[in-house]
Amino acid sequence: MQAIEVERLTKRYGDVLAVDAIDFAVTSGETVGLLGGNGAGKTTTIAMLLGLLIPTAGRIQVLGHDMAHDRYAALARMNFSSPYVALPQRLTVAQNLRVYGHLYGVPRLERRIGELAEELELTEFLNRRAGQLSAGQKTRVALAKALINRPEVLLLDEPTASLDPDTGDWVRTWLERYRAGTGCTILLASHNMAEVERLCSQVLMLKAGRIVDRGSPDDLLTRYLREDLEEVFLDIARDRRQATPA
Amino acid sequence: MIGSPLRRVWAMMYRHLALYRGSWPRLLELAYWPVLQMLIWGFTASFIARRMSAGPGMLAASTLLGGVLLWEVALRSQMGVAISFMEEMWSRNLGHIFVSPLRPWELVAALLGMSVIRMLAGVLPAIAVAYFLYAFNLFTLGPILVLFFANLMIMGWWVALGVVSLILRHGAGAEALAWSVLFGLTPFAAVFYPVSVLPHAMQAVAFVIPASHVFEGMRAVLSDGVVRWGQLVAAFALNAVWTLAAGVLFARQLRQARLRGALLSVGE
Repeated sequence: MQAIEVERLTKRYGDVLAVDAIDFAVTSGETVGLLGGNGAGKTTTIAMLLGLLIPTAGRIQVLGHDMAHDRYAALARMNFSSPYVALPQRLTVAQNLRVYGHLYGVPRLERRIGELAEELELTEFLNRRAGQLSAGQKTRVALAKALINRPEVLLLDEPTASLDPDTGDWVRTWLERYRAGTGCTILLASHNMAEVERLCSQVLMLKAGRIVDRGSPDDLLTRYLREDLEEVFLDIARDRRQATPA
Repeated sequence: MIGSPLRRVWAMMYRHLALYRGSWPRLLELAYWPVLQMLIWGFTASFIARRMSAGPGMLAASTLLGGVLLWEVALRSQMGVAISFMEEMWSRNLGHIFVSPLRPWELVAALLGMSVIRMLAGVLPAIAVAYFLYAFNLFTLGPILVLFFANLMIMGWWVALGVVSLILRHGAGAEALAWSVLFGLTPFAAVFYPVSVLPHAMQAVAFVIPASHVFEGMRAVLSDGVVRWGQLVAAFALNAVWTLAAGVLFARQLRQARLRGALLSVGE
């Protein structure tokens, strides 16, 4: 079953074509990476999937719901995290989680907050203001917010941006465990090639708003005759090398 | 998941109430301006009353104080909505809110709820100051006061919805309107004088502003002890038209913001 289906999705701002008629599908329980340089269209695609941005053309279905006409039914079953969208800094961690728990209609909310705090090692910070936390702690709070409603689809925009390698690795390990344990579908936009290689079963390579290649990390490495995805990324970004036919 | 519109509205109100719970300067700010206004205009009214004969002096003073207090209802209601919305913008939280199951009308309902709380927290202390310092009891207007309050609150709300729409359209550049736009309408609202003293062109503007009808009604109660129902009906009808217009504008600007991607960047 497909958790996300995107057909001919297009976003145009005046003369600028930010996303150019892309098609893709994400199978339930899969982690798919959106890989591309700055301005490739990753964040724009995620914003359209969330209904935050109205597409110029095309169709999006999430969990069987058409996002143009029935997005609230899908939004209740999905969630999102991005370092570029903050949580209120003057609220404590617990207050922030309470706000989003109520917004998503989470049953037995205090218990859920306790569970997440324990899993994400946030218990000692629950009564601390979000603005007083370190970048790593804030990322864990953002993850707790994104998981408050036990989402079936999780959209992550650069989840480990600005984190030190240790914290970044902690987040990646946690995401792997979470997906394995819940069967959650994850769409991950990232600049971090090692992260995508480790977490994703499929990768969509975006360039100038178009999907220029796709496949599993191993498949891409084989076809581009490279050792790591960073080299594949550079091949595509700089038009250095064409993939060999699959 | 058990989601209900009421729970989502409460979520947004809780978010703002939590801000006040931990901050006495924020609480103080709510009452600061209404009480300050009342102190300034209260002494002015006392001075005027002492310089005039008892009857006209009392009437002038009570008209002035009633005007100050009721106009604060509109001002605080408008700021209550606009500032609560801007809190979301300043904290770069709009992106999270609009990808949650919260409907736009639920967000507006939460902003209105916060506006009522903020207005009461600001105006009730000012009413108390008027009573204890200047022996002016606003409640002598009688039950009609509820309808005056309702009209002025609704006017504050649609003005705020217009301001929020402009913020969605123009971003942080339109923020200043939240503090200034209703002050700009004060001359036309006939808060301290009858509409008849205005030049004809200004009277035409005053005629379409609900507050002018409320204040004409207030003066009629204070001076003649009569309720001008026609004025109240006019105020409610105008409020209905303006609210509809502001609602349409808000819905359009929200859609435009979703077309432009402004919900992620508004406030920058």
